[in-house]
Amino acid sequence: MNIIVCIKRVPQTAEAEVKVDSSGKDIEKDRLIFDTNESDTYALEEAVLQKEKFGGSITVITVGDEDSEETLRIALAKGADEAIRIKVEDLDELDGFKTAQILHKIIKDMDFDIIFTGCLATDDAYSQVGTTLAKLLEIPHASLVTKIELSENSADAYRELEGGLLEHLKIKLPALFTIQTGINVPRYASLIAIRRAARKELNEISKTEFGEMKSNSFIEELFTPPVSKLAEILSGNPDEVSEKLTGIIKEKGLI
Amino acid sequence: MILSDKHLKFREKVKQFADNEIAPESTELEKKEKFPWEIIKKMGKSNLLAIYVPKKYGGAGLDTLSYAIAVEEIGRVCGSTGIFLAAHTSLGIYPIFLSGNEEQKKKWLPPLASGEKISSFGLTEPNAGSDAAGTQTTFKLVDDKYLINGTKCFITSGGVGDTIVFTATKDPSLGYKGISAFVVEKGTPGFSEGKREDKLGLRGSITSELIFDNCEIPQENLLGKDGEGFKVFMQTLDGGRISIGALALGIAQGALDACIKFCKSNSINKKPLFKMQSIQSTIAEMGTEIEAARLLVHQAAALKDEGLPITKESAMGKYYASKIGMKATSTAVELHGMLGLKKDYLVERFMRDEKLMEIGEGTSEIQKIVIARELFK
Amino acid sequence: MNFGLTNDQKMLQKEVRNFAETELKPLASEIDVSGEFPSENIKKLAEMGLMGIIVPEKYSGSEFDFISLAIAIEEISRVCASTGVIVAVNNSLVSYPILQFGNEEQKQKYLPPLCIGEKIGAMGITEPNAGSDVAAMEATAKLNGDHYILNGTKRFITNGTAADTFVVFAYTDKDAGYKGMSCFIVERDLEGFSLGKHEDLMGIRATGNCELIFEDVKVPKENLLGKEGDGFKICMNTLDVSRIDIGAQGVGIAQAALDESIKYSKERKTFGKPICHHEMIQNMLAEMATKIQAARLLVYYVGYLKDKGVKRFSKESAMAKYYAADIAVDVTRKAVQIHGGYGYTKDYPVERFYRDARILELYEGTSEIQKIVIARDLVK
Repeated sequence: MNIIVCIKRVPQTAEAEVKVDSSGKDIEKDRLIFDTNESDTYALEEAVLQKEKFGGSITVITVGDEDSEETLRIALAKGADEAIRIKVEDLDELDGFKTAQILHKIIKDMDFDIIFTGCLATDDAYSQVGTTLAKLLEIPHASLVTKIELSENSADAYRELEGGLLEHLKIKLPALFTIQTGINVPRYASLIAIRRAARKELNEISKTEFGEMKSNSFIEELFTPPVSKLAEILSGNPDEVSEKLTGIIKEKGLI
Repeated sequence: MILSDKHLKFREKVKQFADNEIAPESTELEKKEKFPWEIIKKMGKSNLLAIYVPKKYGGAGLDTLSYAIAVEEIGRVCGSTGIFLAAHTSLGIYPIFLSGNEEQKKKWLPPLASGEKISSFGLTEPNAGSDAAGTQTTFKLVDDKYLINGTKCFITSGGVGDTIVFTATKDPSLGYKGISAFVVEKGTPGFSEGKREDKLGLRGSITSELIFDNCEIPQENLLGKDGEGFKVFMQTLDGGRISIGALALGIAQGALDACIKFCKSNSINKKPLFKMQSIQSTIAEMGTEIEAARLLVHQAAALKDEGLPITKESAMGKYYASKIGMKATSTAVELHGMLGLKKDYLVERFMRDEKLMEIGEGTSEIQKIVIARELFK
Repeated sequence: MNFGLTNDQKMLQKEVRNFAETELKPLASEIDVSGEFPSENIKKLAEMGLMGIIVPEKYSGSEFDFISLAIAIEEISRVCASTGVIVAVNNSLVSYPILQFGNEEQKQKYLPPLCIGEKIGAMGITEPNAGSDVAAMEATAKLNGDHYILNGTKRFITNGTAADTFVVFAYTDKDAGYKGMSCFIVERDLEGFSLGKHEDLMGIRATGNCELIFEDVKVPKENLLGKEGDGFKICMNTLDVSRIDIGAQGVGIAQAALDESIKYSKERKTFGKPICHHEMIQNMLAEMATKIQAARLLVYYVGYLKDKGVKRFSKESAMAKYYAADIAVDVTRKAVQIHGGYGYTKDYPVERFYRDARILELYEGTSEIQKIVIARDLVK
């Protein structure tokens, strides 16, 4: 089973104070901590679990600047066999469509059975790369996968739908799956694995080798929305506030 | 501290220079308030005046870490010479090197590097100290010349500087946005030295007021772009803090060395001082804090050499080195007992010299605000 | 010294931080209250390779350098000081002396189980009447045929209640002074070896701290570490190294206190503005951050010296330990101050940090002992 996993290095913004930079189209990243995109770590773990079951090899690919080498090395330390970085220095010019095109150029000539990607990058929240890539490669795909069972030529993929429904799909391989968080428990890289991965050679390919590609969406502006009138800030001591709050919730018929 | 061989060799070289050429003069310089002209000439010959400036401008072509080492080693024997070097290199030469155009660099840097000329730096004003944006000195373009009016104060090497970098604003109400940086040369009509300060310490260095009274300077003396003066000076101060940190460290090391020597050669009731636990405790604290300060200062210098931001790190180095330096020098005086108050011993001078380090180039309070601001980012 | 970290050190830092935040942090407050030794964490720590950081791979260790050891201990102590101590003891006080002074057989027998979490290590130096003054110890080991007869009591032993493999110091020749001290590997299941009083500590409460009692314990001859009389040397050498860990614990606890304080100062409002806008709070935070960075550099510096193969670094390691302990207490005290009354409650972790920091000034040589070591070296 040859598996490709596409991963991305993203700033950790969940708990950080996020500020829009002077261009008005991006956030200030100097002080942010970067790490592997959350759902990508589940995608990688799923690949490692499948490899442990069926054998084969895992190649991780990222489109990114020099700093994303660390992301690749962590992936190597967690069980990937090969790592490829498609060199891009100016990440701002990339949208999901362009990233998918770049990935397509390299993956189309590779030998693979399965591609795993995360279902969503936490920085731009597009959910675009995986599905677009499947389309470009003309292979079937399933998105937001929460469980997957593989056999030789096909996969049973499960997706969670609204209303507590579970959808079971039978998909012929090769195929692409975008993985939902929670599908497994991602492992940590052990110290030994880190030490080995730190010394491993990475494959680097320059983006320019693929010719010109165009983005089809452009950021106009990034901003913190003004506080909407619908928001009401409750004041008073905790008892008063909780009383007001339950009053409102009851009034809206939520309890 | 283990430095690379290159840096170790350089330290050794400067140490010898400091011990042989400066130390014998230092007490005299300070006592008689003599500016170290001779020493500066020798420093120029030994290429110590523009350590991190490339060779093509007459500098030594070394890095900021080497410079920090040199300031420390010189400060260890003479605070006055140390402050001269710090002001000359970090404050006078650096802004020219940082934002001057090729012509300006070629014109001003080589004589400063050789010691033929001395530089100083005019930022502080009677109403603008740590708050540099409050500059009141004004400039106005009249025909093809800048007309400067205003007063700068507490300028190190002020009265003796030949090439003086200073700030002025086109309109004080613009705040930092109105500030530009210029160079004025000694002897320019309308530019003169005001009052020379009579100071607590560093008495071998000259600190004076500079007065601009309708002083005209040529247009080509503008450093960098119009309105970018504040930025130039903020970057200059980031680097300057490394030198004040290094100097504070050097003086503290001088005080520690003096204490160790004193403890070895003196005893009470036949018990050598260094065998007494109270003394050991004091010495250990001094030694540990000095080592910690050294690492902070060196870290800031090393980061600067790598081109990384140093605002927080240089403020930490300056704040910490001066704080523990003041503590160390004051403790050193105490450890010498009554003898520590006498001018025959070095420690009273170290204590007086060190006090400036907590004040110059941003007081400790300002450093802490700078650090806190960086922490909140 | 390079002030930047290498690639693998950076990755280690990142991964250990992730691990600590996710796996150790949720338990930290709970085990502090209960004082229960976090046995289930040990397996996870071992899987990460954190129980044998500096041990070569051939003995199942992770084979990292001493700066990395400091980084790992800092990251663990940042979320759970108790776990930081447990890991530090297993690495520096037990694995290190076996690695450094053990023979091949001993290394092969004892190191792998310690690295993979099958066994836990503890070290016995301190006695009721011999703390910082190591040479005053009273434990004895008499050679008797193919074994030594070990007698004595060891006090304040971290990991004591949970450990299987003990490195214990005792006099084989009391008359020879400190040159008569020897070092043994003692296994938990030996007859006559029992645990005494379990200590109820102020901080680092989940470290299984207890008394070890040896009554005519037959320790096989081959369990002697090094030669007879090597004990004092082994002890001093080991403490030089383990001070890296204590320093790193101090940095970790202090960093946690600073992080919490920054967070709190942005949320908490007094007189109409967040307290981070008050200069007195900024003052405290700036001082805290400066001292932490200075301590971190001192700790890395010792790691650097050790990694470089420098033989003597007692002064530097004493400086790092003394300073980091000193500032950890100072920084955590300020953190409680910034939190005001809330800092005095168990609802905020700074209360725990403040208690956890205090031990650093006491164990593995009090601050006073460190100062004597430093001063002696300075006036040499």
